[in-house]
Amino acid sequence: MASTVIPFGPQHPVLPEPIHLTLKVEDEIVKEAVPALGYIHRGLEMLCSIRDYHHMIQVCERICGICSMIHATCYSQTIEELMNIEVPPRAELLRIVWSELHRMHSHLLWLGLFADAFGFEALFMQFWKIREKIMDINEATAGNRVIVSVNVIGGVRADLSPDQIRWILTELDDVEKQLKAIQPTILDDYTVKSRTKGIGVMTPEQAIELGAAGPTLRGSNVAQDARMLGYGAYSQLDFEPVVEPDGDCWSRSTVRFREVLQSIDLVRQAISKLPEGDINVKVKGNPPEGGEIYTRVEQPRGECMYYIRSNGTKHLERLRIRTPTFANIPPLLTMLPECELADVPVIVLSIDPCISCTER
Amino acid sequence: MKMKNDGYRLVTFSTYAVGEKELGIMYHFDKDLDEAHLRLVVDKEKPIPSVSGVYFCAMLVENEIQDQWNVKFDGLVVDFNRTLLLDSEVTTVPLVNNVKIEPKN
Repeated sequence: MASTVIPFGPQHPVLPEPIHLTLKVEDEIVKEAVPALGYIHRGLEMLCSIRDYHHMIQVCERICGICSMIHATCYSQTIEELMNIEVPPRAELLRIVWSELHRMHSHLLWLGLFADAFGFEALFMQFWKIREKIMDINEATAGNRVIVSVNVIGGVRADLSPDQIRWILTELDDVEKQLKAIQPTILDDYTVKSRTKGIGVMTPEQAIELGAAGPTLRGSNVAQDARMLGYGAYSQLDFEPVVEPDGDCWSRSTVRFREVLQSIDLVRQAISKLPEGDINVKVKGNPPEGGEIYTRVEQPRGECMYYIRSNGTKHLERLRIRTPTFANIPPLLTMLPECELADVPVIVLSIDPCISCTER
Repeated sequence: MKMKNDGYRLVTFSTYAVGEKELGIMYHFDKDLDEAHLRLVVDKEKPIPSVSGVYFCAMLVENEIQDQWNVKFDGLVVDFNRTLLLDSEVTTVPLVNNVKIEPKN
């Protein structure tokens, strides 16, 4: 059988991420996939040598719009640990509220795009309609819909009033009700199952060996979630990683759907434990000379890692960021071979690729 | 290989400059949220042994390091030859000062 080479991306109608894959195809079956990155590489890690460590929060937030809050949280926590800064308990819980809101809007955005990828446009619209409520909460509480910019080194810059808290809880009740109403459509529907069940299968052993992260890892029956490390105020909250056993596209989408419901619960728990008090502390000085630190957080797409070296100045010596999509590209390359060409967009989307994060 | 046999997942590597001529590499591993780190300091002029034969996922990280530090990994399973993130006509190395390199064809 003669093989055909098909370029997939970097601009593709069903994939709003500029990833390029060179697909070697025989009789509509993908035999090999080779990635090409670098279309939007911005060199953001390098900026730490010319930007003050306080200003780098704004840079880190812009690595990715959808995970912006959690990028900023990870960066802030890393600097705070390096400088022994004690963040007020109220700020820690407020960070969780905005982080989980980000996880919810990221997953809802993805669930909509995923439905769109296999031609279910009504479902796409429903997920994005629900997501609007989360965006409205972000806008009302932080002033922005996507990049909320609430983190500062030493805490947060915005607080929630009792009225806002009551309104958030009411909105989340509504989000939960609407999500449960469309749950059968995404989890029990014949059309959805026929496009996702048994497609792009990755075993637990492969997931571990290939360094998969987040819902891609948990969708392959590996119960690992960086939030279980108890960073920030997560140690005060009660939750378990969401796991699905089959390792296919359906499992990964189910993990994300269930994680939206989990995030609603975590926001409720964080709000119920919100103490009175300050929301930030004043930070003086620079990170210490010879400081070295490694921190992990759980983003919507998976585990994100920050490694920082400081040299006693206001500039960091080295900032290294490993984002979840970077970890999920090798698993993708093993999911694609032997799949049908028509399933490529569904499999690529199933890892929730964020090339903006990957290329930083 | 020992880390893999012990069931550790490779998270990533982090690199940093050690003076002008050396590169520090931290290998970060994870097993059920238990972290392990290995440190290696290498000469930038000499090829660095690749671990992509053991952990395939190291392939992307090693290619990224080649792009950003102008070093060479020996035994890399898929070598983008310094064009994973950078265009082939790039002649400056992002994380190394005052080093000019030949454009790739």
